[in-house]
Amino acid sequence: MDRPPLSAIEQPLGLTGPGRTWPALLPALTRLASRSAAILCVLALWEVAPRLGLVERAFLPPISEVLATGWVLIENGQLANHVTASLSRSLLGFGAAIAFGVPIGLAIGSSRVVSDFLNPLLETLRNTAALALLPVFILLFGIGESSKVAIVLYACSWSILLNTISGVRNVDPLLIKSARTMGLSQAALLRKVTLPAALPTIFVGIRLAGASSLLVLVAAEMVGAKAGLGYLIQYSQYNFQIPHMYVGIITTTLLGLSFAKTLLWLERRFTAWKAPAVE
Amino acid sequence: MSTKIEFQKVRKTFAIRGETQFTAIEDISLEVKTGEFMVIVGPSGCGKSTLLDLLGGLTKPSSGQILLDGKPITGPALDRGIVFQQYALFPWRTALQNVEFGLETKGVPDKQRREIARDYLALVGLSGFADRHPHELSGGMKQRVAIARALAYDPEVLMMDEPFAALDAQTRETLQGELLGIWERSKKTIIFITHGIDEAVYLGQRVAIMTSRPGRIKKVIDVPRELRSVDEDVRSLPEFGRVRHEVWTLLREEVLKAQQQERRRELGPAVHAGAARTGEVSAHG
Repeated sequence: MDRPPLSAIEQPLGLTGPGRTWPALLPALTRLASRSAAILCVLALWEVAPRLGLVERAFLPPISEVLATGWVLIENGQLANHVTASLSRSLLGFGAAIAFGVPIGLAIGSSRVVSDFLNPLLETLRNTAALALLPVFILLFGIGESSKVAIVLYACSWSILLNTISGVRNVDPLLIKSARTMGLSQAALLRKVTLPAALPTIFVGIRLAGASSLLVLVAAEMVGAKAGLGYLIQYSQYNFQIPHMYVGIITTTLLGLSFAKTLLWLERRFTAWKAPAVE
Repeated sequence: MSTKIEFQKVRKTFAIRGETQFTAIEDISLEVKTGEFMVIVGPSGCGKSTLLDLLGGLTKPSSGQILLDGKPITGPALDRGIVFQQYALFPWRTALQNVEFGLETKGVPDKQRREIARDYLALVGLSGFADRHPHELSGGMKQRVAIARALAYDPEVLMMDEPFAALDAQTRETLQGELLGIWERSKKTIIFITHGIDEAVYLGQRVAIMTSRPGRIKKVIDVPRELRSVDEDVRSLPEFGRVRHEVWTLLREEVLKAQQQERRRELGPAVHAGAARTGEVSAHG
């Protein structure tokens, strides 16, 4: 029996297969154009405004100049250094936050008493701006790598932890009951029912954490670091290398975007079983 | 025939807000024979589901005991399977993987497990749907998967908690017929809970009628043999109407009482505990 397509993803895009000609590609191109129109407009404005003298060219050089500087930084390997430094810090902190937040969240969420007890504290900690604690982290861990990884870990942990707890607490009790009637042990119940059922909610926390990991890191690198995108932005500004500064900013944006996209892709992969959201 | 399940003066109370005792079921004594199809009907809130929780080993009776093959029930185990009204399928598993669930706990090796699961999916007529996730199945299909899942690990007792209540009338009739067929072939002991009188008379060899809260067994009625044919339209026989009427009469008083209790409870949570107690008194009187 043929099953109907599950979602738009399964429908032919008109891009593949033999015999496709230009007219067939047209709708896809139109869609791409309409989706990126706003961005292209801003880029065009960025290029034109400084050239026409609408803004001070020294503070906002045309995008083409920024890209040319970017190319130089790519070629001499400087950009790669900064990206590697930032990426390794944020991935380390972010990964540690997942490794720490999910299991602890599962444990806390499994007990109503414990989660009721800890939730106000966790909410308070989450709403304490991580950057406000940066001086504390520097005091505790020094100016080196560990203070920056630690602050990313701190900033990422709360949303993962809180979402895991709420995911665990909102698992359909009937599923638990049904599994229990089949004689599952507590450990098997957690692994085979609670964790998969809570996964969509956990992923919301992971995506939130992913966004804040870069945000916090760039700020931390501006304060005390010898490499990294935050350092590049801050240092270039001090030395009036304005195109360099914009290269740092754009790279941060691109990194953040690809981070978000990757996490979204992972989420879709892991929660493909979910009913497609009603649009 | 030997006795499979025996309820002996079972009573279950719950504490409301830590103090007031709320009696869900009281003095339930009932014997179910091996291979029997026993249906339990009762007004809503009479503790039917509490009865299944006890039998499933999810909770323990406050007094009395439940024997399975002469031994008291100590906890959940794979010798009893439950089918719930709301299917309770695991949404992240395909139909086939759902059916495999109990077999995994039982420790059946991978390949064999898949074969058994396929057999049971075929039994409920869903061979072509093995790789679908629950959200891609209709209500009737979901309940078929749930039945296949409960049968797959081969429990001796199948407990069904209003399994067809959420389905449309046609699907319900089809599934009722299929269930009777499966029961005849598999010789399982089935305890089937419902509030549908027609369903009770059509499916059950015996029908136990429960009182309003606290639930007791009011009467157990034997359904005549002639009403137990899958091929014939037994629902149109005069005898079906007679038995149906008997069950209806017994149940009606209880439904009225239950509705009164319900109304009193709706007066507000503050009088809830008091109303529960008055409800108890009126049920006694």
